[in-house]
Amino acid sequence: MNYVELLSAAAPETMVVLAAFAVLAVGLFAMRDVEPAIRRLIEVMIGCVGCTAAIGWMVALPQHTDLLGGIFVVDSVIQVVKIALLTLTILALLISQDSDFTKHVGEYFALILMAAAGMMFLVSSEDILFIFVSLELTSLCLYVLAAFNKGQEQSAEAAIKYFLFGGMSAAFTLFGLSLLYGLAHSTNLAEIAVAVRSAGLDPLVVLGIVMTLVGFGFKVAAAPFHLWAPDVYQGAPLPSAAFIASGSKVAGFFITARVVSTGFAGQLPNQALPAGWPVWASLLAILAAVSMVLGNFAAIVQTRVRRLLAYSAIAHAGYMLLGVIAQGTPATASLVYYVITYALTTLGAFGVVAIVQQQTGDDRLTDFAGLARRSPGLAVCMMVFILSLAGIPPLAGFFGKFYIFSAVLQGSAPGMKALWLVAMAVALSAVSLYYYLQVLKQIFVVPASAEKEIHFRTPLLQQVVLAVVALTVIVLGCAPEWLIHRLTGVTAVAGL
Amino acid sequence: MPLLVINMPWLTILTLIPLACGILLLCVGPERKAFARNLGIGASTVSLLIVLLLWGAFKSASGGFQFEESHQWIPSLGVRYHLAVDGLGLVMVLLTALVVPLALFASWNIEDRVPFYFGLVLLLEAGLFGTFTALNFFHWFLFWELSLIPAFFLIKFWGGPLRSGAATQFFIYTMAGSIAMLLGFLAIFLATNEFDFNELAKLGPGGLAASFAGKVSSVDPKTVVRMAFAGIFLGLAVKVPLVPFHTWLPSAYAEAPTGTTMLLTGLMSKMGVYGFLRILLPIFPEEIRWVLTPLLWLTVISIVFSAGAAFAQRDLKRLFGYSSINHLGYCLLGIFAVATPAAASVAPATERVAALNGVILQMFNHGLTAAALFWFAGLLEQRGRGLRGIDDFGGLRKVAPVFCGLMGIALFSSLGLPGLNGFVGEFLIFKGVFPLASWAAALAVIGLLITAIFILGILQRVFNGPLNTRWSAWPDLTQRERLLAFPAIALMFVLGIYPQALVGAINGTVVRMVERFTI
Amino acid sequence: MLPKDEPRLVRGFALVTALAGLACAFCGTLRFHPGAIATVARTRWIPSLGIEYYLAVDGISLTLLLLTGLAAVAGILFSWNIETRTNEFFAFYLSLIGGVYGVFLSFDVFLLFVFYEIAIIPKYFIIAIWGSTRREYGAMKLALYSFAGSAMVLVGLIAAFVLSGAKSMSLLELAKFPFPHSFQLWAFPLVFVGFGILAGLWPFHTWAPTGHVAAPTAASMLLAGVVMKLGAYGCLRVAMTLFPQGLDPWGWTVLGLGSWRDVLSLLAVIGIVYGATVALVQRDFKFVIGYSSVSHMGFVLLGLMTLNPFGLMGSVLQMFSHGVIAGLLFAVVGRMVYDRTHTRELAQLEGMSLNTALPFAAATFTLASIASMGLPGFSGFVAELQVLVGAWHAYPALSILTGVGVLIGIAYSLRALLKAFFSDQPASDQTVPNSGLQHLELSPISTPERIGATILVLASLLIGLYPRLLLDLIGPSFGSPLFDGLRKCVGSSWS
Repeated sequence: MNYVELLSAAAPETMVVLAAFAVLAVGLFAMRDVEPAIRRLIEVMIGCVGCTAAIGWMVALPQHTDLLGGIFVVDSVIQVVKIALLTLTILALLISQDSDFTKHVGEYFALILMAAAGMMFLVSSEDILFIFVSLELTSLCLYVLAAFNKGQEQSAEAAIKYFLFGGMSAAFTLFGLSLLYGLAHSTNLAEIAVAVRSAGLDPLVVLGIVMTLVGFGFKVAAAPFHLWAPDVYQGAPLPSAAFIASGSKVAGFFITARVVSTGFAGQLPNQALPAGWPVWASLLAILAAVSMVLGNFAAIVQTRVRRLLAYSAIAHAGYMLLGVIAQGTPATASLVYYVITYALTTLGAFGVVAIVQQQTGDDRLTDFAGLARRSPGLAVCMMVFILSLAGIPPLAGFFGKFYIFSAVLQGSAPGMKALWLVAMAVALSAVSLYYYLQVLKQIFVVPASAEKEIHFRTPLLQQVVLAVVALTVIVLGCAPEWLIHRLTGVTAVAGL
Repeated sequence: MPLLVINMPWLTILTLIPLACGILLLCVGPERKAFARNLGIGASTVSLLIVLLLWGAFKSASGGFQFEESHQWIPSLGVRYHLAVDGLGLVMVLLTALVVPLALFASWNIEDRVPFYFGLVLLLEAGLFGTFTALNFFHWFLFWELSLIPAFFLIKFWGGPLRSGAATQFFIYTMAGSIAMLLGFLAIFLATNEFDFNELAKLGPGGLAASFAGKVSSVDPKTVVRMAFAGIFLGLAVKVPLVPFHTWLPSAYAEAPTGTTMLLTGLMSKMGVYGFLRILLPIFPEEIRWVLTPLLWLTVISIVFSAGAAFAQRDLKRLFGYSSINHLGYCLLGIFAVATPAAASVAPATERVAALNGVILQMFNHGLTAAALFWFAGLLEQRGRGLRGIDDFGGLRKVAPVFCGLMGIALFSSLGLPGLNGFVGEFLIFKGVFPLASWAAALAVIGLLITAIFILGILQRVFNGPLNTRWSAWPDLTQRERLLAFPAIALMFVLGIYPQALVGAINGTVVRMVERFTI
Repeated sequence: MLPKDEPRLVRGFALVTALAGLACAFCGTLRFHPGAIATVARTRWIPSLGIEYYLAVDGISLTLLLLTGLAAVAGILFSWNIETRTNEFFAFYLSLIGGVYGVFLSFDVFLLFVFYEIAIIPKYFIIAIWGSTRREYGAMKLALYSFAGSAMVLVGLIAAFVLSGAKSMSLLELAKFPFPHSFQLWAFPLVFVGFGILAGLWPFHTWAPTGHVAAPTAASMLLAGVVMKLGAYGCLRVAMTLFPQGLDPWGWTVLGLGSWRDVLSLLAVIGIVYGATVALVQRDFKFVIGYSSVSHMGFVLLGLMTLNPFGLMGSVLQMFSHGVIAGLLFAVVGRMVYDRTHTRELAQLEGMSLNTALPFAAATFTLASIASMGLPGFSGFVAELQVLVGAWHAYPALSILTGVGVLIGIAYSLRALLKAFFSDQPASDQTVPNSGLQHLELSPISTPERIGATILVLASLLIGLYPRLLLDLIGPSFGSPLFDGLRKCVGSSWS
């Protein structure tokens, strides 16, 4: 295997890393004395250029490689996911262009780009060791990103919680993965699958699978491993929170899906378990159910929008886990569709929250009062995002839910046996409308109190970005065919 | 008659004229009193003329339905626009056309919201015409209900002190009956897919039950027919009214303004009896026979009880109200008696014919007489400054001889004195009923006796006796009022002496009815 | 998007749009061949899931489209006086109407569901922003109940879609598919009740009185008039078409009920009687009308359950009839009376002698009450007549109970009419200052109100006297292939 091959396969990641370095370099050497706003602008531009180049490369020169026995894999579906990740990174960068909570601008953006690179490596791997390494790379960057706002205690608290939880879950993951390695004598997922199939219900295998899933569950904020999420969503600086909420979800779910479907797929349905499901499916079902219940009900009582979004993220993680449980092309395609549109929507929502928090100083529900009068464009964008999260047609969120739920029931496993799960998901989704409407109620119905008659100063760039995202959400909801078609195609090819 | 005239849809026109004028008047402002009164009288006079025209063109010998109009209306529901009159219908329409102008004249003194009042009366007239000419249930029911609404408002707005309660009670009671009737007819429709009275009558006895077979799940066809019968019976019984469904009547009659009461007693109560004749008798003969004895008992009780109650009344209007129940009870007696199975009595068909002739005559005559009586009672109340108790007056003969004379004639007619119209109907009814259901007729005579007593009582206390000094300045009937009363009183004499005028028209119809009936 | 300070422009635009919609419905009706299913638009939307953008009409849809057009125009006419945030109001209103039109036009189940959900959010905002009594609570309750109902429907739909091979969501295709009997036995009640919540099925009706009272007049007219019909339409078009075997007898009885059909008929009749009885004791004028809507919708649901051509025709006709009548009732109560007197308490209205102060309103409400009572001459009579015929066939005992319900209906209508308009006593509510017979100077009824009221009254009268206009559309529709399964149902009576 030669390095040229490796380089061309990993070109996008390389570009992103280079961009990160460039940002750092520019910040350190050239722009010490430049005004922060301009500095941010330039560095964001550099980052965007890097990401765009990476996307361009992938679009122009699609690859199919499998290097080093599964350590680095590139195929169509992975490229689609990477393109999505890069888009989210670009958007996160653009949203953060206005944030002034830190002097270390260069480091900040560099860390975002590094995290993005880590995620890209994460989704490209079919080797558990490499998966773990990329996971750690991403996580470490995200921990630091969460702590970046040194002026606020909340940021530090969030980061510590994130780090401690993350470290513990990394331990779980490693433990589980090592058990699997011990069983299969290989770090390649396909070979692990073979070993798992032949091992049946060996307690060690079960333990290994469970541990691994626990670790991944933490990553995607599924209950009961979600305890870090509300604090991080609330306390971390907004762009970090936005990025964590969107990018890491995409990567996390994709890799969970891959591990489960490629690695554990061999496990036969076991008659000893309820519904005759494989072990991992039962576990994930429980996780999904608990996430949906906890996320939705806890969100009802929230008074701060960011925390509300955190609990809603937990609930959505529950829905997405359904897509992981189900096997087959439709299920995986639907999962990718859902997670991508969800990430876009959350990013947009965080973008709006960023602007509001900037102007009013806080993100309580009451701070959103009368937003319709103060900034109609922003209000409409937020309405699009919130309604998409709630699952109202014709927005992308509704279609994603529909797609995932029907995909779960299709196919042989688990098929109609999962009907109770789907029913539960739909029912809880109905409950969620209540707290989403609370936000919209503040925005549209409640008149702004007199003291807060601030004329909203919305930076043009961010408005444009948010409008574009909102438009995308609407388009993806009204005409999802294009995306679905692509996803179904590439997923089928990848054999997922 | 020129062909063109015959072929016009007279019955539709008959109904439309009061309907259109009524609606017009409702939209007019309250200041235009003279216009309203004139239009009201005009419209009802035109209707009277049309009816007389029809009377002239009517071929009484055949006894069948004439001036028939039949068009498709709602085919999917078996609803046709089917109007026609036979002898019975013609007589009822004539009665309507006569009483309404009288009622309007009696209401000449109303000052409050005159166009509204006259408009409502015209709508009521339209409702009556529609009901008496309808041969399809939908049309019948439409006008049946249509007549309720103006009556309600008439009582509610221009009535006496207790009018709200009276009006509401009247409305709810009648509506309850109507709903029962509706349900009954719907059941029939379900079985036969017919709403047409003639078609249904053609099914003959037992035919109705047969057509129910298999159509209603879980219930025996005979039971369903009986339920339908009960519903329709209820609806009609409330209207007549038949004891014990009569409790709305005394208050309604007492509280309503005079003109309205004339309409209520003269016409609306006849709708019920008409319904018995047109619907219940031809379509449900079996069912009537099934409950014949209880029905006869009910009728007898109704006759005797109402007479007794009238006797106990002090308020003249309430008294006459109970008396109405009594008089109409004779009609029902006749109808039910006719339904007696042929085997149970040896009476030939002539008795049945007599009874039914009597029923129809009684309807007409009572309509006329009761309307007149209430008008006189209204005059009493007016001149008596709101008093209308039997004991409030006395010796009026001395100060208002014409008034007492005319009212006396009306009272005697109500009593059934031979020579006046009231006698003929009752005589024929009893002539027919005695052979068919002797015991019932015998008991009903008690009613006659009690009626005689209280009518004489009125004569004694109101007209004779010592003059109550309060009324020494009692004005007699004015010229106009005498002019008004004259036709009614004259008719009472004419029909008393020459009932053939009416019987000639209806006999053919009655014979047909009985023929179809006798098995 | 229109300039904020030109309410006249906004209103005019909205009115023109609504009229255009009505005109389209009319033209469609005139060119329609009864019994057919006429396609309006059909394109592939999401082929991977077999979803099409498939709009079509049959007689039933056309009837409801006409109703929507009428209600929309009347609603806008009655909202002529809204001054706050006019743009947004009409924007939400028109989007609501758009959603409703979409539901009635959709022949693809997914599309139907999409439009159904789209209609929920504008409702929330209209009530929450422009409503009156407890508007935020009422709006939220309505939104959540609707959403819960649609969640139930969604589960059923997804299951049906998957079971049928996930190839198509077209109504015709799914109707033809033979779903397993056991599946239909639970999918049917799920979907029916899901739609039924919006139709005011007892005991899930509690959102209706609160929501209707909280809503501004035009929204109440639309809510009671049209949106509740969305639910009933869904029951008919989706639940009964796709899962007709769900109505079959279970094979065992509990409390005398042997099938979902029995249960739902009983619930419908309970709704009729309960709604009427509760309306009888209300103190707030608008609540009377709100509960009367629940009662009238019971007729619709009962008619659906009779599985009899008369009952079903009556059900659809009642949808139309009640839509118009409810619109009238709410218009009078909300716009004509409340906007002027600022009270809806019957006890207070008693003393205001409204029949002299607002004669047009009194006359309109009298006609509307007569129509609501189901007296012949108006459309309600024909509809209720047909439903009762159907009920006699299927459930004679229930039809008698329904008759009782009609009587109670007459009672509460009369009570409300007399108390609000024709009372001669001073107000029974002595706590209000100035009670005693008042002769108020109230602003006269404006021209848009008159036009709106006239349109609705004439519509009801026209159909009441010549119902063929609609019955000829509705009747043959039940012969289309869409209703094959329904016609073959156990216990249905098609000759």
